[in-house]
Amino acid sequence: MLVIENLRTNYGAIEALKGISLDVQEGEIVTLIGANGAGKSTTLMSISGAVPAQSGRIIFDGEDITKLPAHEIVRRKIAQAPEGRRIFPRMTVEENLMLGAMTADPQNYDRNRDEVFELFPRLKERRSQRGGTLSGGEQQMLAIGRALMSEPRLLILDEPSLGLAPMIVRQIFEIIAKVNKERGLTVFMVEQNANQALKIAHRAHVLVTGEITLSGKGAELRANEEVRAAYLEGH
Amino acid sequence: MSWRLSHDGLREVLMVMMVAMLLLLPMVGLRTVDSSSGLGIDLHIAAVFWAVLLIGLGKKSLVAARENIPVIAYPAACVMLLSGFLAPLPTGFLEFFALAGGFICLTNAILMTLRGGRPISKNSFGEGMDVVATKIQAATPQVAWVMFAIVVALPFVFPDRYVLDVSILILTYIMLGWGLNIIVGLAGLLDLGYVAFYAVGAYSYALLAINFDLSFWVCLPLAGILAAFGGLLLGFPVLRLRGDYFAIVTLGFGEIIRVVLINWYQVTGGPDGINSVPRPSFFGLAEFTRRPSGDLPAFHEMFGLDYSSIHRIIFLYYLILVLALVVNFLSVRLRKMPIGRAWEAMREDEIACKSLGLNRTNLKLMAFMISATFGGFAGAFFATKQGFISPESFTFIESAIILAIVVLGGMGSQLGIVIATLLVIGLPEIFRDLELYRMLTFGIGMVLVMVWRPRGLLAVREPSIRLHGLHGKGAKS
Repeated sequence: MLVIENLRTNYGAIEALKGISLDVQEGEIVTLIGANGAGKSTTLMSISGAVPAQSGRIIFDGEDITKLPAHEIVRRKIAQAPEGRRIFPRMTVEENLMLGAMTADPQNYDRNRDEVFELFPRLKERRSQRGGTLSGGEQQMLAIGRALMSEPRLLILDEPSLGLAPMIVRQIFEIIAKVNKERGLTVFMVEQNANQALKIAHRAHVLVTGEITLSGKGAELRANEEVRAAYLEGH
Repeated sequence: MSWRLSHDGLREVLMVMMVAMLLLLPMVGLRTVDSSSGLGIDLHIAAVFWAVLLIGLGKKSLVAARENIPVIAYPAACVMLLSGFLAPLPTGFLEFFALAGGFICLTNAILMTLRGGRPISKNSFGEGMDVVATKIQAATPQVAWVMFAIVVALPFVFPDRYVLDVSILILTYIMLGWGLNIIVGLAGLLDLGYVAFYAVGAYSYALLAINFDLSFWVCLPLAGILAAFGGLLLGFPVLRLRGDYFAIVTLGFGEIIRVVLINWYQVTGGPDGINSVPRPSFFGLAEFTRRPSGDLPAFHEMFGLDYSSIHRIIFLYYLILVLALVVNFLSVRLRKMPIGRAWEAMREDEIACKSLGLNRTNLKLMAFMISATFGGFAGAFFATKQGFISPESFTFIESAIILAIVVLGGMGSQLGIVIATLLVIGLPEIFRDLELYRMLTFGIGMVLVMVWRPRGLLAVREPSIRLHGLHGKGAKS
C-alpha cells in the first residue's frame, strides 16, 4: 500500500535520512523504532509532505506522492496523529473531531463520530469540554480520534506514547491494535517505546542515524539480542 | 477603628508628595517662554503646589482605604473631587486631574467598604473581572437585543445632528472591527494594513459614481468586489509568511495603497482628494435635497414631511446600521461553518492544521477576501457619507485604531468589538471638551484595559457548536 524507495532527506548539510526503503502492506501495523535523532519523525514528515525529500520516491496505492503538498496527501486518505498530539486546546472535543473531518464527506460525519466515541468512550463523556483541559492520555485519544475522522486508509502515528503513563500507553496501543484488527485499518507508527510498539506490530524496522539497520517481524525483533540491548532494556 | 493613618502609611504619602515635587518642579514649574530678548523662563509655582497637594490627597485616600480607615478615605477623595470644581486651579489639566483622580479614589473607597476592608489584590481583581466578562458573554444574545433596540430607536429619541454623526462614526468602526476580526480574530493573522481595503472601497465608489454615473446601490457591491480583489492581491505574496513578517508586509501594503492614491494624480486627484462624491438616493426612488435636480422626487415630498437636512443623516445612520448587521450576521454564520472552524484552527496551531489536510493557502486567501469585502463596503459608505475623500483619511493610524478595537474587544468576540469601539471611538468624543486631554484619556483607557484584561475585554472563546442539554458545561471548564 505504502512503498518508500531509497528516501533521502537533508536539513541543510545534515543528512537526516540516508536512503531508506520500506513498505507497508494493507491491513498491517508497521512500526519504525529508533533512538532520538535517528530520523523517525523526518520519515513521517517526508511522507506527509511537511519536509521535501531530496531523492527517492514515496508511493501510495501506486501513485507517486513524493512531491504532493500536505493537504493533498491527506485527501489521498493518509491521516496523521502528529507528534505531541497537537490538539486544539481552546476548542471542544467535538470541534476537534469536526476539524479532523474537513477532508471527509460531511454526510458521514455523525457515523464516523459515533465510531470514534465507541472506540474512546472517554471522549464521548467529554465531548463539550475544551481540548486543553483533557489529560495527556485523553488528548492522545483525541488526536487519534481526530485522525480517524478523515476516514483514512492509512493511519500514521508519531510517538503515540510520548509523555504518557505506562498504563495509559498500554491502553492506547490496545486500541490501535483493535482498530487494526476490527476495521482492517493499516497503521504505520514511529515509536521510541520499542517494547510496546513491537508487541502489536506485525513488522518492524530499526532506524539508526538515518539508515534502517534491522527489519523483521515484531515478535522476532522483540526477541533479538541487539534490539533488546539497545532499545528494550530499561524500558 | 483607627482615626489616623499608620506610621508607614503616612510616610508613604509624604514620599509620594516628595517624588511628585521633585519631578514636577522642573517639568511643570519651569516653563520656557519666547520673548523679544531671547528664551526666558517663567515660574509656575502655583501649578506645582496644587499638583503636589492633589497627588497627596489622592494618595492619602488610597492609603486610608487600604488601611480600612473610611473617615479619612472618603473625605480625602471628596475634597479632591470638589477641588476640581471649586478650587482656583491654574490649569485645565489640573481640574481634569482632580475630577478624574477624585472619582477613582472615591470608587476605590466604596469598593473597599463593599469588600469589608479586605484589600483587593490584583489577582482577585482579575478574577472578578473574569466573572463579569464571562457573565456578559453568556448574556450576549440578550445584550445584543437590548443594544439593537436602543440603536434602532436612537434617531427618533435623539434626532440630533451631532448624536447621529457620532453614532454613524461608531457604527462604521464597529463594522470595520467586525470585518478585520475575520483576519485577526478568527484566522489569527496580524493585519496592520486593513485601512487599505477601506481606501479601495471608498475610492472605488467615488470613482465609479463620478465617472460612470452609477448609483450607490450598484457601486456598493462593485466596491466590495474591488476590495476583495485587493485582498487577493495582498493575500498571494503573504501566504508563506507568518507572525511579525506577515504584519510588516500588510503594513507595507496599507502604505502602498495610500502612496498610490497620493501620486496617481490623474485618477485619484492626489492629495486634493475627490470632491463632491455623490450622495446616496433613497433606494433610487427619491433624493434627499430640497429641490432635486434630476428626475427623482424629493424625499420629504414623497412622504409628505417638511424638508429637513436630518432626513439624509437618519437614512445614512440606518444604512450603516444595516451594513454592519449584515457583516455581523455573516461573520457569526461563517464562524459556525467548516471554514470558520478551520480559520480558528489555523489561529491555534498551524502544524496541526497541516496534518489534518487543511489547505492553508485557500483558507488565508478566503479570510483576506471576505474581510476585504467588508472593508470595501465600509469604505464605500464612508465616501458617500463624507462626500469628500482624500488619502488623509486612510493613514496608518486608522489601521491601528481598527486593530486596537479588535484586540481590546478580545480577539474573535463580536460583542467585545462593540464595547471596545464605544471605548476607543466613543470616549474621545465624550471627552471632546477636554480637547488635548481627550487623547490622554484614550491612552489611559487602553492601558487600563490591557492591565486588567490582557487578553481583551471578552476573551473566552465560545464553542461553535453546542449540545442540547449540555449548555455551558464546556464553557466553565
